[in-house]
Amino acid sequence: MTTATQTAKKSAVHCRSVTKSYATAGTKVHALRGVDLDVNSGELLMLVGPSGCGKTTLISVVAGVLERDGGECEVFGTDFQKLSSGQRSRFRGESIGFVFQAFNLLPSLTAAENVSVPLLIQGVPSSRAQKKAKELLDRVGLSDKINTRPAQLSGGQQQRVAIARSLVHDPRLIVCDEPTSALDGDTGHKIMELLREVALEGERALIIVTHDSRVYNFADRIVRMEDGLIAPGSIDPTTLH
Amino acid sequence: MNSVALKMLFGDTAKYIGIVMGLTFASLLMTQQMSIFVGLMSRTFGFISDTGLPDIWVMDPKVQFVDDLKPMQDTQLQRVRSVEGVEWAMPLYKGLLKARLDDGGFQTCNVVGLDDATLIGGPPVMVEGRLEDLRRADSVIVDIEGATDKLAKQPDVPGGPKRPLRVGDTLEINDKRAIVVGISRGTRTFLSQPTVYTTYSRAITYAPSERKMMSFVLAKAEPGVDPMELCERITATTGLQARTRDEFKLQTVGYFLKNTGIPINFGITVVLGFIVGMAIAGQTFFNFTQDNLRHFGTLKAMGATNLTLLRMILLQALVVGLVGYGLGVGLAAAFGYLTEGGNAAFRLMWQVLAISFGAIAIITMLSAMLSIIKVVRLEPAIVFKG
Repeated sequence: MTTATQTAKKSAVHCRSVTKSYATAGTKVHALRGVDLDVNSGELLMLVGPSGCGKTTLISVVAGVLERDGGECEVFGTDFQKLSSGQRSRFRGESIGFVFQAFNLLPSLTAAENVSVPLLIQGVPSSRAQKKAKELLDRVGLSDKINTRPAQLSGGQQQRVAIARSLVHDPRLIVCDEPTSALDGDTGHKIMELLREVALEGERALIIVTHDSRVYNFADRIVRMEDGLIAPGSIDPTTLH
Repeated sequence: MNSVALKMLFGDTAKYIGIVMGLTFASLLMTQQMSIFVGLMSRTFGFISDTGLPDIWVMDPKVQFVDDLKPMQDTQLQRVRSVEGVEWAMPLYKGLLKARLDDGGFQTCNVVGLDDATLIGGPPVMVEGRLEDLRRADSVIVDIEGATDKLAKQPDVPGGPKRPLRVGDTLEINDKRAIVVGISRGTRTFLSQPTVYTTYSRAITYAPSERKMMSFVLAKAEPGVDPMELCERITATTGLQARTRDEFKLQTVGYFLKNTGIPINFGITVVLGFIVGMAIAGQTFFNFTQDNLRHFGTLKAMGATNLTLLRMILLQALVVGLVGYGLGVGLAAAFGYLTEGGNAAFRLMWQVLAISFGAIAIITMLSAMLSIIKVVRLEPAIVFKG
C-alpha cells in the first residue's frame, strides 16, 4: 500500500475555515462551520461521520460543484471561486475525477462510451477517446464488457466502469462519494482494492466519503466530521494498517 | 458530445416517440389544414386561372369577385376595344342557369358564353371533343366533374350507377335544347357547380332576357404595353373596372378572406394544432430533460460547460423537430395525394411548408428553452445527492 508519508510533500487540497449554509423551509442549516482540510498528493483520505455532518457538502465544495460561503479552498493551488463558470468547468474536467454512489452512468451508452465521456467533454476525438476508454476498461478487468450497457452489468461492474471513467482523463484528484455503499461487502472490498491499485498512482489524491467501516483499512488517513466540523481526534493513519 | 446527446435521445425510446408524435401531429394538422385552406381559396379564382389568354378583365365597377355578376351593356365591348393599347377585347357571358335532369330535377350550372368567332375564354383542357365543335347548332361543352356527377344520366338499370354525360347526350338548359359536343377539364370552382361552355350568342338565349347581358370583357394588351397601365387607361376611358388577371385573382381571394368565416375557422384549427403540438411536445421534451437531469448534472460535474449542454439540448430538439416536421408534412402530402381528384381542396405550396416549418421550429425551440433553463440552473452538486 502507498502511504501518505511516501508522497505527502505536495498539497492537493488546502481548505481553511470553509463555511457553507443552506436555507431550507425558512431555517438556515449550517452544513460547514469552518472546516480546515488538507489532502496531499498520493494520499487516500477517507471522510467519515454520521449522516448530515457535512461530508458531501465538503467534497462538493472541494470538487468545485458547490460554492462555499466563506473561507479558502484551493485544489492544486487553484481557487474555484476565483474562476469564471467556464474556467471552473474546464478545470474540473481536466483535474478531477468523480465516482458516485449510484454510479451515474448514462444508460443509453455502452461501457466504453460511458468511460469516454470525460474525454469527449474535453473535445478529444471520439475514436481516440474510445481507444483510451477500452484501455481503462481493460485495467479495471472489464475488457469483455466494452459494448455492454449499464443495465446489463452488475453493481460491482458498473462501479468499475465508473472508476474507469473517473480515470480516463488522467485527473490529479478523484472524489468518491460512498463508492461501496450500494455494493455487497465482497464487491465493495474489490472496488476499494481497485481504487488503491489503479486510481492511486503517481501523485494523484483520492478523497472518499464513506460510511462503510469495512473499508477503513484502505485509507492512508481518516478524517471524521461531526456537525459541520472536522472532529478532533481523527483516526491516526498509522493505526489503520 | 453530439453523439452522446443523440444516444441519450434515442435511448429513451418511449419519450422519443412521444415527442416526435406530438410534433408530427402538430405538423400534420397545421400543414393539412393550411393546404386545404389554400386549396379552397385557389378554387375561388379557378375560373380566372383557367381563362388563360386575356391579360385584362373588364367589368362593372361594383363587381367584387369573379362570381359577383353585374352585367354590362354589349356596347361597352366597343368602348374597351377603342382604348389605345388594347390588342383585342372579347365578350364573356357568365351566369348561373338551371339545367333540367332526366329525373325531372334541376341542377344549377355555371354557363359560360364565349366569343362566337374566337372562342376566347374556353376551357383549358379538352378531354373529349374539340372546342371548335361549339360552332355546331345547340352545342355545349361540359366539364368532366359535372358530366360524371351532378349532370350524370340516370342509371341504365334501376339501382345501378349513374351514367356520365357523354358526347351526343342532350341537356335542357332553361327549357332550351343543348347537345353535348365535348367534355373539358378545368380547375374546380369554389361553388362546385358544373361548368357548361357555349358561344356567347347561344348563352344569352339560354339566359333570361335582360337589357344587360355581358358579364366581362376579356382584353389583351398590345405587345410592349404594360397591362397595369392599360387597366388604368381603360378605367379612365370607360369608367369600368379593369383588372389584370393576377389583380382579379387577389381581389377575388380578398373578398372571400374578408367576407366569409373561412380564414377564422381554418385559423382556429391551425392554432389548435400549434397549441396541441406545443403542449404534447413541450411537456414530453421537458419530462425527458427532467428524467435526465441527474445525467446532465453528472456531465456538468465532469466538466461540461453550460454551452456544451445547451448545444446538446438544441441538437436533440433539432432532431425531434426535423423528424416530426418531416413525418407530419409527409403524412399531409400523402393525404393530398390520396384525395387528389376528389372533393377535398388540397394545395401544398412551399409557403405552407415554410410556415409549418417555422411553427414547428418555434414549438421545439420553446420546448428546448424550458429544458435549457432547467439544465443551466442545475447545480452539479445534485450528483452527490443519493
